Amino acid sequence: MNMKLSAAARREENWGWFMVAPTIIGLVVLNIWPFIQTIYTSFCEHQGFGHYRFIGLGNYIEMFGNIEFWKATWNTIFFCILTVPVGVALALFVAILLNAKVKFKGGFRTLFFLPLVCAPAAVAMVWRWIFNGEYGILNQMLGQNIQWITNPKTAVIAVAIVSIWSSVGYDAVLLLAGLQNIPKTLYEANSIDGAGKVRQFFTITLPMVSPTMFSVLIMRLMASMKIYDLIYMMADETNPALTDMQSLMYLFYRSSFVAGERGYGSAIVVWTVSLILLVTLIQFWGQKKWVTYDI
Amino acid sequence: MKSTDSLRRSYAMAKFFTYFFLILGAIIMVFPFAWMILTSSKTVPESMLIPPTIFPAKWMLDNFKEAVTSLPFSHLYWNTTLMVFFRVICAVLFSSMAGYAFAKLKFRGKNILFGLVLVQMSLPSQIFIIPQYQMVAKMGMANTIFALVFPGLVSAFGVFFLRQTYMSIPDEVGEAAYLDGCNQWQTFYKVMFPLTGTSVAALTIFTAVFAYGDLMWPLVVNSDLKMMTLSSGLSTLKGQFSTNFPVLMAGSLLAMLPMVVLYLIFQRQFVEGIAGTGGK
Repeated sequence: MNMKLSAAARREENWGWFMVAPTIIGLVVLNIWPFIQTIYTSFCEHQGFGHYRFIGLGNYIEMFGNIEFWKATWNTIFFCILTVPVGVALALFVAILLNAKVKFKGGFRTLFFLPLVCAPAAVAMVWRWIFNGEYGILNQMLGQNIQWITNPKTAVIAVAIVSIWSSVGYDAVLLLAGLQNIPKTLYEANSIDGAGKVRQFFTITLPMVSPTMFSVLIMRLMASMKIYDLIYMMADETNPALTDMQSLMYLFYRSSFVAGERGYGSAIVVWTVSLILLVTLIQFWGQKKWVTYDI
Repeated sequence: MKSTDSLRRSYAMAKFFTYFFLILGAIIMVFPFAWMILTSSKTVPESMLIPPTIFPAKWMLDNFKEAVTSLPFSHLYWNTTLMVFFRVICAVLFSSMAGYAFAKLKFRGKNILFGLVLVQMSLPSQIFIIPQYQMVAKMGMANTIFALVFPGLVSAFGVFFLRQTYMSIPDEVGEAAYLDGCNQWQTFYKVMFPLTGTSVAALTIFTAVFAYGDLMWPLVVNSDLKMMTLSSGLSTLKGQFSTNFPVLMAGSLLAMLPMVVLYLIFQRQFVEGIAGTGGK
């Protein structure tokens, strides 16, 4: 059949291959091959200068027996528990406020969105100062003496606050687009029935916005599982709460590039990616229970 | 039935609460920026006063001078600009070509090749970092602009995003150009590409903001202070001035300033661009 391609069809095919070539070559060199390599090196010991020795499951056995690793796994999950439900709920609240008839709507949107264009490194630096135990403005305002970043109990919470502050405007803008797609007539028909605002929220708004909310949830979850930059900026090697706040990706960075154990680091990243895929799959399976795609 | 009076009252209440929470939220969003600016003009003892003073005793640039002498900001600005520039060029050029081909052309292997794009998109970038770093090191390219650009030479997300844009353009547009004697390449860059302006702008902003904020890759690949980006360079300040917060705030302000200024000028494009791409 292929032999019968007309000249024009063959030309089109050549153009097609030519135009995807830079992307495909790039993907294979930069992503596909490195992906295979990372999985392979997770079964190897790094002997310096990019040389590896195959050691089978050694890295994984070491990893699963390491308390620091399990703590990092828990910190990451705890961080997601804090940021995903609270962050998305807050974002929905902001989106509903922005969806009302208000003045300066554009101005509010601009402000809420602002942290997104600021480098996380700079944002984290500012919050380090706000959270500072001795002279930080937060403790001064609360009249407290909480060591936000160096106390194992509050360190992850502090990072989560910064993360939510940074992302709530972005999530709200996405949810706002979902809210604006809800036909006004649905509310009009409903209010003739005499339904209250609260009931309207649960019977119309929430089901109608649930597909958007689902994609925001998935996105926020994947971003939170990969949290690294804020923790890198807020935790120091000397921080007594370091093991109580470091995420999997921060542990990966320290193992691979500070300690130079790239085989072990690869095992951590493979574990993290598996975890992300698992959590995403659970979400997709669970969405049937609460996401409404058509009414 | 509610009386119109109570209806009006509950309407006013709703309005009051809406503004109340919006203004409260706005204060929470602005406060860290304001506090950063106020602190950046204080002396160290002044910043440690209890109770704290809100405004600095006098507005001064001393902390900015100290930040600029401790960190080669002119290099950081230049490196960041080049990295963002080349990443945007590569993302727009290669993604437009591939996006067009995947949307409009027939060729064997198309589905498998597009599958590669989807696989890359669904994997976190950290899984590629160690081998990518080893490649850069093996080429002897660590501590260069090329190293900063390297992982962004192609953008799977850009391909996916622009493919959707090209799919929304009716086939008749391309067919008309083809009948007028354009070949596939001419159809692409003379007729189709100019129609994707909004999406290309969105991809540009998205790529720029993402590259500008990225921290792990620049830290890994460029350890020479003069070859760092604003993000990675700023992160070295925290060790140097662990308790000198006025200088740290001045440095943070210098690091975020360029993108914030661009954002305030192109607000609408930024919000629609980043939100419209649906993020990654």
